[in-house]
Amino acid sequence: MEQKILDIKDLKREFVMGDQTVRALKGITFDIKAGEFVTIMGSSGSGKTTLLNILGCLDKPSDGDYLLDGVDVKSLNRDELAGLRNTKIGFVFQAYNLLPRTSALENVELPLFYNKSISAEERKNRAIKSLESVKLAERFDHTPSQLSGGQQQRVAIARALVNHPVMILADEATGNLDTRTSYEIMALMQELNKEGKTIVFVTHEPDIAAFSTRTIMLRDGKIQKDSINTNQRSAREALDSLPESDDY
Amino acid sequence: MAILNLLRIAFLALQRNKLRAFLTMLGIIIGVAAVIAMMAIGEGSKQSIRSSLSGMGSNTITIMPQSNEPGGVRLQGSSIQTLKMEDVTAIEKLQSKNINGLSPVVSTSGQAIKGAYNWPTTITGVSTDYIKIRQLKLKDGILFSDKDVKRFAKVCILGQTVIDNLFPDGSNPIGQIIRFKSIPFQVIGVLEAKGQSNFGQDQDDIILAPYTTVQKRITATNYLQSIYASATTEASSDAATTEISDAVRESHRLTEAESDDFQVRTQAELISTISSTSSMLTVLLTAIAGISLLIGGIGIMNIMYVSVTERTREIGLRMSIGARGQDVLMQFLIEAILISITGGIIGVILGVSSAYLISFFLNWPILISESSIVISFIVCAVTGIFFGYYPAKKASNLDPIDALRYE
Repeated sequence: MEQKILDIKDLKREFVMGDQTVRALKGITFDIKAGEFVTIMGSSGSGKTTLLNILGCLDKPSDGDYLLDGVDVKSLNRDELAGLRNTKIGFVFQAYNLLPRTSALENVELPLFYNKSISAEERKNRAIKSLESVKLAERFDHTPSQLSGGQQQRVAIARALVNHPVMILADEATGNLDTRTSYEIMALMQELNKEGKTIVFVTHEPDIAAFSTRTIMLRDGKIQKDSINTNQRSAREALDSLPESDDY
Repeated sequence: MAILNLLRIAFLALQRNKLRAFLTMLGIIIGVAAVIAMMAIGEGSKQSIRSSLSGMGSNTITIMPQSNEPGGVRLQGSSIQTLKMEDVTAIEKLQSKNINGLSPVVSTSGQAIKGAYNWPTTITGVSTDYIKIRQLKLKDGILFSDKDVKRFAKVCILGQTVIDNLFPDGSNPIGQIIRFKSIPFQVIGVLEAKGQSNFGQDQDDIILAPYTTVQKRITATNYLQSIYASATTEASSDAATTEISDAVRESHRLTEAESDDFQVRTQAELISTISSTSSMLTVLLTAIAGISLLIGGIGIMNIMYVSVTERTREIGLRMSIGARGQDVLMQFLIEAILISITGGIIGVILGVSSAYLISFFLNWPILISESSIVISFIVCAVTGIFFGYYPAKKASNLDPIDALRYE
């Protein structure tokens, strides 16, 4: 469990806007080992989104090194980055980003369509397994509009798992959900983490961060605090402690 | 494998947006159907115009005798006795594919008599091809045979004017005997009325008989007034003329230095009318077809373009989970091609069936050419690729970060 999934050294990212240079990331260094559950926190403007884009191989750093599972991201071109995203990263978005009018199963299968080495049969089997692991086994043929927000996000998580990534990268994955459903999603994340999945969770909600094993706090493009969470809260217990129903 | 995946991706994407895919297709369907239906009607009218112009004898070639003596008193062509049966045989021997009918013509005028009635007319001795060459039709009875020609049979076919004058009581002339210059002829056929020729000549004032009969029994000559031939098509008319000229020159043993002692005439004016009418119709049809298909193509481009904008987030998602630029490009391109090919197939079916419906209900002549189907189908597939490429390229160049955040 000591293998480094992520190794970032003095990462910098600058944007040129007109005659101004915006320095979004001003030298960030950290690494993430296999099996960690890291939350990256920070207010807006802290460089959180920029860091997320770079971690997700959607963007490349202006300076500094980024090794993802031993691959130097900086040296890759557009297509190689796409290949890396396809095999090493599982994305979970705030807005789920499921394809409308498409069954849950086909949504989950989607990343495997872009992996030439996977046969149609294997694609389907893996998608089914993936949906089972997020406890949506009986909702294969439902389209997103027939699913609740929490279920949609679980389909999205299944989609992120289907390519057996080295890291799940979640961007405000609970941002569109109510407290109860958020906790359910976090409980699922904790289970996946216990099974050995490395999770990087970007959020700005402190109570979500409490469920992780480590929190990296960003401020003005720099790491303000990087702390191990010794007192990890169980999402399952938090869920149980919520009032049964506050509808009236 | 990769292309199969992309096909499936594109197919699923189309399935998600059935209505939009159908609306895009509609442009192509209507374009292709319009092209095929219009080409069918246009080609049909073209054919019927051609055949009615051909009915005026556009393929007919006439060989007339002519004096080649530059000095002296010039004689009228009909009194020159240079054309012989040997010339007909010489032309026959060519076995040319440009000539599909050949008949000698010997004619003489005289009084036709039937009982109390008589009528001054012309008897024309011909071979069996003559009817086909002159586009004449038998209304009743039969045509004389090659055997009749060999036997100098005393049989004849009458034109309507002759019948009107010899049989004013309306009795059936078939089987009756008439006399021409005191030779009895049995009437075996009746020609359909043709009316006046372009020059005001009554084309129904005619008696047709085997040329051998006319030569042996009436005129007692062995020369011909003229030879009629027909070219296979208008286009082969010129080639046929040259071949006939050469054959007759050889048969007349004319040296290089000597000029022709005959002339070969074609219906040049008619032929040029036909070909200019045909080419005008072709240009018109092609223009209509081109415009219809262009509009269909622009329809594809328009919808694909809107679709790229509308599906920006989808493209962003696909890229974030590992689709490369070229995967997205291929997906949109395949979508465009699927739309245009499916639209093309439906358009072909619709076009062919509407052409048949039009011909059935309006009784218009139609002619569905395979080329119009093949060409419109290929053009619509090509427009699909052509007009689908630009939006697809645009989609593939999107930045996944921007595309994901696109509202």
